Amino acid sequence: MSSGLATEMEFHVLAVDDSIIDRKLIERLLKTSSYQVTVVESGVKALEFLGLVDDENTNSNCISNNRSTHHVEVNLIITDYSMPSVTGYDLLRKIKESAMLKDIPVVIMSSENIPSRINNCLEHGAKEFFLKPVQQSDVNKLRPHLMRGKCRTQNQQNIINKRKPLEECLSPDRTTRFNDLALVQ
Amino acid sequence: MEVDQLQRNFLEYTNLLFREGFLDGQFSQLQLLQDESNPDFVFEVVSLFFEDSERLLNDLTIALDQQNVDFKKIDAHVHQLKGSSSSIGAQRVKNTCIAFRDVCLEQNAEGCLRCLQQVKQEYLLVKTKLEALLRVRVPHLFSLEQQIVAAGGAIPMLNDFC
Repeated sequence: MSSGLATEMEFHVLAVDDSIIDRKLIERLLKTSSYQVTVVESGVKALEFLGLVDDENTNSNCISNNRSTHHVEVNLIITDYSMPSVTGYDLLRKIKESAMLKDIPVVIMSSENIPSRINNCLEHGAKEFFLKPVQQSDVNKLRPHLMRGKCRTQNQQNIINKRKPLEECLSPDRTTRFNDLALVQ
Repeated sequence: MEVDQLQRNFLEYTNLLFREGFLDGQFSQLQLLQDESNPDFVFEVVSLFFEDSERLLNDLTIALDQQNVDFKKIDAHVHQLKGSSSSIGAQRVKNTCIAFRDVCLEQNAEGCLRCLQQVKQEYLLVKTKLEALLRVRVPHLFSLEQQIVAAGGAIPMLNDFC
């Protein structure tokens, strides 16, 4: 098979926005990049989808028991900042606090250009901050984060599950791209 | 009508809407996202905008009709309308919302009522124009787009004529 790793991988992006128009837009934009897309309308629904049930009585890192039986892999989360109840910022914090999810790249979108808001999000781990309306050129910036993220997850997964080493997942001519990773020998 | 002529009318009309400031570059972005696999994309997004805006304008009318006006709530609604109009490129509606938010900050009920009237007006204007451009909800009225498609043509993009 001559196709490289990049074309074989299907990235799954979770998009979160309380605006029905913006949900439609972001879904279309992501699909033009051939990503698999799940769109949800709130931070609460996003947490549910990710298996992080926001329960006051439990630790926020507590994962529901169902997670291991229906693992839904998400490669990137793109979320609106201003949402009622659980904001995009709240979502970012919860994801970064979760052992299971902290390595998933998170991107924030906002209609308001507030430098302190932007800096705050980036400081707390957001990979990008897009000003709305989001453009195709913004969505094009997601790919490197997706590529980096997927490979790291694959590597960790292999170590945890003692599955076949990473080099068997990568075609030989691709290994040199990921020069910040150590191959499992 | 000849397809070419229809296509030119469509473009001229779109250009007019851009020149008069009803639409901005974001609308072109929407058109770029429409293709054979998503032929109704612009129509779908604009329809969602109509539904959403009418809901928000209704909520704003009710909120401003209260004894004790909740300015936070009003601001939240206007923020949403500003966002959605920005997302489809409805520039004049968006700008009216920006002004509305400033008046809301002053907690001026009278001022807010005037702003609401203005937003409603701008919304109705852009709605009429967009319905003319795209498929309309009233079946017997043929939009320019429908006429072009019926005549066997493709909906032209601005770049086609550059």
